[in-house]
Amino acid sequence: MDDMQKIVLDYVIEEYLEDEDEEIDVDTPLISGGIVDSFSMVSLKRFLENKYDISIPDDKATPEAFDTVNKICDLVNEYVK
Amino acid sequence: MSHIGSYDERIKNFSWSIAEKELEYSPGDLINIGWYCSDRICKQGKGDKKALIWEGFKGDEKTYTFNDIRIASNTIAAFLREKGIKEEDRVCLFMDKIPELYISFLSVLKLGAIAQPLFSAFGQESLHVRLDNAEAKAILTQRKHVSKVRKILDKMPYLEHIIIVDHDGKKPLKERETVFSLEEAEPVEDFEVFPTKAESPSVLHYTSGTTGPPKGVKHVHYSLISQYLTAKWVLDLRDDDIYWCTADPGWVTGTSYGIIGPWSLGITQCVLDKGFSAESWYAFIEKHKVTVWYSAPTAIRSLMKAGDELVEKYDLSSLRHLASVGEPLNAEAVVWSEKVFGKPFLDTYWQTETGSMMLTNFPGMKVKPGSMGKPFPGITATVIDPQTKKPFDQPGKVGLIAFKPGWPAMMRTYWQNEEAFKGKFTNNWYIPGDRASIDKDGYFWFVGRDDDVINTGGHLVSPFEVESALLEHEAIAESAVVSKPDEVNMEVVKAFVTLNPGYEPDADLELKIMNFIRKKLSPLAMPQEIEYVDKLPKTRSGKIMRRLLHAQEWGEEIGDTSTLEDE
Repeated sequence: MDDMQKIVLDYVIEEYLEDEDEEIDVDTPLISGGIVDSFSMVSLKRFLENKYDISIPDDKATPEAFDTVNKICDLVNEYVK
Repeated sequence: MSHIGSYDERIKNFSWSIAEKELEYSPGDLINIGWYCSDRICKQGKGDKKALIWEGFKGDEKTYTFNDIRIASNTIAAFLREKGIKEEDRVCLFMDKIPELYISFLSVLKLGAIAQPLFSAFGQESLHVRLDNAEAKAILTQRKHVSKVRKILDKMPYLEHIIIVDHDGKKPLKERETVFSLEEAEPVEDFEVFPTKAESPSVLHYTSGTTGPPKGVKHVHYSLISQYLTAKWVLDLRDDDIYWCTADPGWVTGTSYGIIGPWSLGITQCVLDKGFSAESWYAFIEKHKVTVWYSAPTAIRSLMKAGDELVEKYDLSSLRHLASVGEPLNAEAVVWSEKVFGKPFLDTYWQTETGSMMLTNFPGMKVKPGSMGKPFPGITATVIDPQTKKPFDQPGKVGLIAFKPGWPAMMRTYWQNEEAFKGKFTNNWYIPGDRASIDKDGYFWFVGRDDDVINTGGHLVSPFEVESALLEHEAIAESAVVSKPDEVNMEVVKAFVTLNPGYEPDADLELKIMNFIRKKLSPLAMPQEIEYVDKLPKTRSGKIMRRLLHAQEWGEEIGDTSTLEDE
């Protein structure tokens, strides 16, 4: 797991995971798995933009692109300079 | 031929006794929604018919027949009775869209108790306010949500039982917690259903207003009459249908048309307990051969956004009838659905308080894209002049939608708030709080809300509730909350805030505030944007003028500012 994966995964666990017993990894479905809903996705997007000083276009911030930590990191990497 | 047949003929010959006769109910008889949705269907010889096809996010699937639903609802009802739950006690259902949610709803009603379904994404504050108002005696929930209950438990002495339906034994139970497993419980074949009558309370759904805390909308068992008939005539549900209502039973659509309507008709329904994605929704329709689909404009617009090519990858030919609810369905979405699915989504208009559909587009009726349709037979609907409080005598004028009270599913009161209930009536009209016009053909056209309530993705959010919660954040001195336009959700929450000394108006603080509200209230209530301002516009008497901020967001005329503090 690289640094970005760890940072994003830790943030998801800290902010969105309600079930304390649930274990998630970089491939756990977040949106389709009901861990992050479509409204909360806005705050996750904002976190990524603040953290990596990037701007993710709204049309790229789809439920599919945010569905796992791995997919999120792929998306972020497209915009990190 | 659809169930409704000719709308004009139905209007001429309508009486709610049509539904009463079909349900073999006579005034004065016992009537219990839980029994009607399970036992009665079994008595009709449909016990082996599938009632619920459930699919979880991991692809796991469970299927229940009507006889399974009957026995399972008996089993949970017997458990609750053993715990001391009795008639008119409030029982909160705080679960994701798992089978236990649908089944326990019937159990609570069979007991004669009152079901209080709450959206499982609610944060602890939203949960507490609603449990407190209802003084719920028990809550059925899941392991993943119990921590929210624990955090507010000390403030709820009336809450006697926290029933966890999926406890795995890994962690010890805490105070007042108990475990119930539907799979492990001894099935209860016979359960004596409580003898509820037409006016016996059934469901408390909570709804937000502009001011004050959320209100508990009290419904009664007689609501079945209009929920049954609207499901039959508007959703056109038939015996061989596979029906999918995408709404969560934490909201009224999810109970009126996600449980009561279809099951009282003995219809097989599907539930997908999974976050939204266009692919998974289309795959679900294809896999289960869904025929009737009742969804929401936000979801439809998200599907539009996902593109037409995606639709072509799936066989969606099973679909024969589509309907929509929650917020106005824009004309583009109607035209798009006709293009890609070969049939339009038909808009329906109603609200928590009305309990059943009021204005709708009917099967077979000419659709005017963007219109709300016409009144359901038996519903007297009009648009009144806000000044005179009388119906307009000419088409095309914009006023307040108004209904003559008296349909079966009309709310009976707001829980412990009769004054607010009375405030919903003017000149013997019930005023739902929306503005519209009626065209020369009798079609209603939505214009907007008549208050500051925000309708985001079909869910009402109280600006007052969000403003109050914002003030509990240490950085915020003052707050004002309005809606702002949104392509998918129609509108979303936006907050204007002034900060206390020592706080910097930066992006990190904005995110902290967003998350603060998300956890405290709900993701729906979380401002999608926070604007820092030096001061908020106020009247000379100090009242924040949300109207100005709203106009700014929507590019509207600001209007009269003569009462503005600095003018």
